[in-house]
Amino acid sequence: MNMPFTLSTLVPVLPEIFLACMATILIVVDFLCPRNREMLAQLALFSAFGVIFFLFYQEPGLAFGTMFIADSYSVFFKVICLFGMLMTTLLSGQYLKVEQIRQGEYYSLMTFSVVGMMFMVSAADLIVVYLGLELMALSIYCLVGLLKSDARANEASIKYFLMGSFSSAILLYGITLLYGLTGTTDFAGIAKYCSETDILKNPALLTGFVLILCGFFFKVGAAPFHFWSPDIYQGSPTSITAFMSVAPKAAGFAVIGRFLLMAFPESHEQWGSLLVIISLLSMAVGNIIAISQQNVKRMLAYSSIAHAGYALLGILAGTSEGYSATMSYLLIYGFMNMGAFGVVILMCSKGNRRESLEDYKGLAKSNPMAALLMLIFMFSLTGIPPTAGFVGKFYLLKAALAAGYTWTVIIAVIFSAISAYFYLRVIRYMYMDEPQDEFITQYSPGLTAALVISAVGVLGIGILPGSIFDWAARSLVCF
Amino acid sequence: MVNQLLFLYCAVVIIGTGLVAVRAKNPVYSVLSVMVLFFHMAGLYLLLNAEFLAAIQIIVYAGAILVLYLFVLFLVSLRQEVKIERFIASHGVSTVVSVCLGACLLAIIPSFKLGAKGQYPVERIEQLTHTKAMGLELYSNFILPFEIAGLILLIAVIGGLVLARNEKEVNE
Repeated sequence: MNMPFTLSTLVPVLPEIFLACMATILIVVDFLCPRNREMLAQLALFSAFGVIFFLFYQEPGLAFGTMFIADSYSVFFKVICLFGMLMTTLLSGQYLKVEQIRQGEYYSLMTFSVVGMMFMVSAADLIVVYLGLELMALSIYCLVGLLKSDARANEASIKYFLMGSFSSAILLYGITLLYGLTGTTDFAGIAKYCSETDILKNPALLTGFVLILCGFFFKVGAAPFHFWSPDIYQGSPTSITAFMSVAPKAAGFAVIGRFLLMAFPESHEQWGSLLVIISLLSMAVGNIIAISQQNVKRMLAYSSIAHAGYALLGILAGTSEGYSATMSYLLIYGFMNMGAFGVVILMCSKGNRRESLEDYKGLAKSNPMAALLMLIFMFSLTGIPPTAGFVGKFYLLKAALAAGYTWTVIIAVIFSAISAYFYLRVIRYMYMDEPQDEFITQYSPGLTAALVISAVGVLGIGILPGSIFDWAARSLVCF
Repeated sequence: MVNQLLFLYCAVVIIGTGLVAVRAKNPVYSVLSVMVLFFHMAGLYLLLNAEFLAAIQIIVYAGAILVLYLFVLFLVSLRQEVKIERFIASHGVSTVVSVCLGACLLAIIPSFKLGAKGQYPVERIEQLTHTKAMGLELYSNFILPFEIAGLILLIAVIGGLVLARNEKEVNE
């Protein structure tokens, strides 16, 4: 069991080690040159780029026994998380200036949370999953509370912290049940023990399994574990909301996928029907409550609950086609959501956040460019061709249909049609109404880059979806 | 038999003090009942031949962390904050849901049976001593979780500083 320890056994963990070092360096840099905040963003950008580049050339491998797996599946999700960090860094510059957030630890905390996500994504052991999740969550709790003078931000931070702790406790209780019953926390070990004994029918095991899934569903914001998301999305700094809606969600789905595929591959019938309920409930709650929202960030929070429901469609199918559809959808969701939050940040100016839907009235006349971008992202979130959102949703529905979940797919399509109401309402406000107040949007270089990347991504993947879906399918070979 | 009685005693006290800690209106009572809870946790560890963990439990949790809590209680004036309204209107619903959940969790206990034994049965631990066995495992097979836990502690320090720091000093 005790392998000889050499430095070469650390090679699969190099990206994580590098990123953790960069996160620490960011604190030191902030301390040494407090006047130069631009440099922090550049360093964060550099490290995210560097790690993405490195990941593409990394050999698959195991580290620390079987606790840590660096395979193509994990690479795909790590790229989504790093992409989230990259885009958030681009979006942040302008937002931090407008809101006067000057903590240098901002980028460092974000980098640390990505390190946690990368550990989660690569973990093949419940202990590592849990610790990665805590590393990710703790950093985000702090980031959410950065607007200290804002009561809503304080509320959001405390709420997220308390609810997150509860969900962690539930997850831990599930893990202890599973550990007691099988004698191992290793995914492959659990699967082996379950296939050798008839424990799969044991109610205690099922309870442990469900509790663990509850913990993960909380992190991805699926209903009925969604109650935190509207308040927290609205209260936190918008750049952090954008980050939260993309990166931790992808990491959560990666863990759900690996846990179900590696530890419980044989009981698909049971978890398949469980996921159907969660998925439909998320779509219902997200899409229906979003209709009555007047705040853009709150609306996007409910929309993200609904999108968690869509993304679950691929996993519940339990086929490799379904998994690759979920993976590509999460990447596409990253593009369109980052874009939408980019426009929300664009609207924000000193002393006036313009987060209400009313503020979007007549945007097409006062700021045609911002309105056009929002139009693209709203179309994509609705799932209208030729945007990426359409292709993503199409593949998800197709995979679920192929796996025999006909009714689930029909209901999903109906909810998707309902969602058109509140997405297109934004467009109607922008194009059909008269402007309320004149203001000039300011495009900083970072924000421009982020918006361009999202728009190009959304339209590019929408027109040429092949490469992303091929990549996702290839990433699944390791299972 | 003696072991089982001791376990039962510790378990009952842990649950009781846990409930007091959550329900007590006066935070000082909460902290003190948590202290009793920690001592009985240490008792459970001793029953499992884990004397190192028992010592750590008392030194770190009961000794250091709880004293810190008490200091916080001294520094914060809690007179006004103890009497607040419930945050949630639908208190009845949440009671029903949590009672059902609790009943489910209790109902599954009879079907619980122990899984595969690990590499450390009691005899092996007695022969190696618990401290040594834990040290060996922690710094070889479990080095990755150990290091991630280190990062988590770093985040806790940074986060605490970020959230507690006076904004005006930063801006100047």
